[in-house]
Amino acid sequence: MNARVLAPVAVPSLQHKMEGRSLFSVALSGLAWVCALLASVPLLSVLYLLITRGGARLSMEVLTELPPAGFEMGGGFGNALAGTFVMVGIAALIAIPVGIMAAIFLAELGPSSKMANIARFSAKTLTGLPSILAGVFAYAIVVLTTGTYSAPAGGVALAVLMLPIVVLTAEEAIKMVPKIMKDAAYGMGCTRSQVIWKVILPTGLPAILTGVMLAVARAAGETAPLLFTALFSNYWLYQDGKLDLMNPTASLAVLIYNFSGMPFENQIELAWAASLVLVLIVLVINVVSRYFGRQKF
Amino acid sequence: MNSMTQDAVAQPPMTEKTVVMDCKLDKIFYGNFMAVRDSHVPIEKNKITGFIGPSGCGKSTVLRSLNRMNDLVEGFRFDGHVHFLGQDVYGKGVDPVVVRRYIGMVFQQPNPFAMSIFDNVAFGLRLNRYKGDIGDRVKGALQGAALWEEVKDKLKVSGQALSGGQQQRLCIARAIATEPEVLLMDEPCSALDPIATRRVEELMVELKQKFTIALVTHNMQQAIRVADTTAFFSVDISEGTRTGYLVEMGPTDQIFGEPREKLTREYINGEFS
Ligand SMILES: Nc1ncnc2c1ncn2[C@@H]1O[C@H](COP(=O)(O)OP(=O)(O)O)[C@@H](O)[C@H]1O
Ligand SMILES: [Mg+2]
Repeated sequence: MNARVLAPVAVPSLQHKMEGRSLFSVALSGLAWVCALLASVPLLSVLYLLITRGGARLSMEVLTELPPAGFEMGGGFGNALAGTFVMVGIAALIAIPVGIMAAIFLAELGPSSKMANIARFSAKTLTGLPSILAGVFAYAIVVLTTGTYSAPAGGVALAVLMLPIVVLTAEEAIKMVPKIMKDAAYGMGCTRSQVIWKVILPTGLPAILTGVMLAVARAAGETAPLLFTALFSNYWLYQDGKLDLMNPTASLAVLIYNFSGMPFENQIELAWAASLVLVLIVLVINVVSRYFGRQKF
Repeated sequence: MNSMTQDAVAQPPMTEKTVVMDCKLDKIFYGNFMAVRDSHVPIEKNKITGFIGPSGCGKSTVLRSLNRMNDLVEGFRFDGHVHFLGQDVYGKGVDPVVVRRYIGMVFQQPNPFAMSIFDNVAFGLRLNRYKGDIGDRVKGALQGAALWEEVKDKLKVSGQALSGGQQQRLCIARAIATEPEVLLMDEPCSALDPIATRRVEELMVELKQKFTIALVTHNMQQAIRVADTTAFFSVDISEGTRTGYLVEMGPTDQIFGEPREKLTREYINGEFS
């Protein structure tokens, strides 16, 4: 056997080459990087501003005391913080169960029924609803019938804003549950409602919670719908040993709106501090929702 | 059972055959499409009955008809009967949910629930409000599925954190925890590697002592290795449709050794697939 010597062949270079094509792609990714940076500028600069202007005033005192009157010094926004929690809580109590039930219907029970199409269309429209209209709705439904501005009226207004977010994200979450997992549940002898309660909801829960958190964060920061439903108050909801929700109720958002326009240095400082607190609350909720969202099935 | 008569004594001693499921599948439809016709498949107790045939011939359809899983498919219609424990699974007033608790199922893709290993296996017991010691039964089922040694120290870990082969054995444990009469397995090894496949095959052979197994497989070697009886299905492409039907059924040795039908011989010789 005689070995044949292979003629030397030009081996194609596998090295990365800077051609026009890849140059363009580098430029494009650079541009995208800059845009991504720009997108985070507003949040970062707002945070910077709030920390420098509101951080100094932040103390236990402002979190627990009542708002000051005109020329008073000191004071805080404890009642507004509590009012925000109460009204967001009421909104969550309404919007979460209703929203999840609606999502179950949309995703599982009658996904292509006429009712589902109407509900889905309404929810999508509602996400774009100017938030002040949610206030108008709650004003007509709650304030006019009960005859007073109140925490429940504010809660209903916020619930209207939360509902579509909960419905649409929960519907997506439920649809993401793989069919093979539902098959397994039916195969074990589950009824349809057992499949929903024992398998679909627990499996979709992380993603559902993400949506719920986003809705809560959105509601916590809303001002307009509260202006003529909860109004504002300089007092606690809990007074003289009893809790009375059927009174005008303070909230952080409305406090910021009111105080920032006042000619008093003290109030303006409090508005800055309240803004910082509100942004921190929203930030924490978003971080928590990311944590839930990361848990995969 | 058979009443004994004089001439029974004269006959050669026959091994006792008990048919747990007598499946007469006259017509199975999805909407207007007839997927399967004229197939009579008796399933014997404590045996593995293998279903083989070219893809699309209706093996899964047949299997999913036996525990009424196909009721979930819109447009599904069934003509015939499936006698099980003296009752027709398709009889009047029969609840498909109850049927599925007696006839368990293992799927092609391992599909453990997004919960712990323990809760996966306990799922059916809790569903049936089992009164005894759930821990014992979970352990027994995991041992039965040859998985206990691998998971006994991490029962709280998510079932979805296991490897594919382990997940499939977990699904088998989940199915046998409630001690169903029959296990329907639809290509349970098709998503597994060869080593995991062998383990599941060994497991099936062990399981048939307690359970009756109906096994769909696209792998003829697998049918030869584990099935006692084999049913060969094919598709009828005449008249522009493609309807599956049973070509022949018999002991696995006979089907692969001396098939009666020309079509069976061509299929096992790999002349079409
Ligand atoms: N859910 C369904 N709806 C409509 N047709 C189906 C459905 N499932 C299966 N089929 C059809 O029934 C025939 C048999 O399918 P299948 O039972 O899955 O075959 P196999 O398991 O032997 O590959 C195929 O033609 C398939 O397209
Ligand atoms: Mg199949």
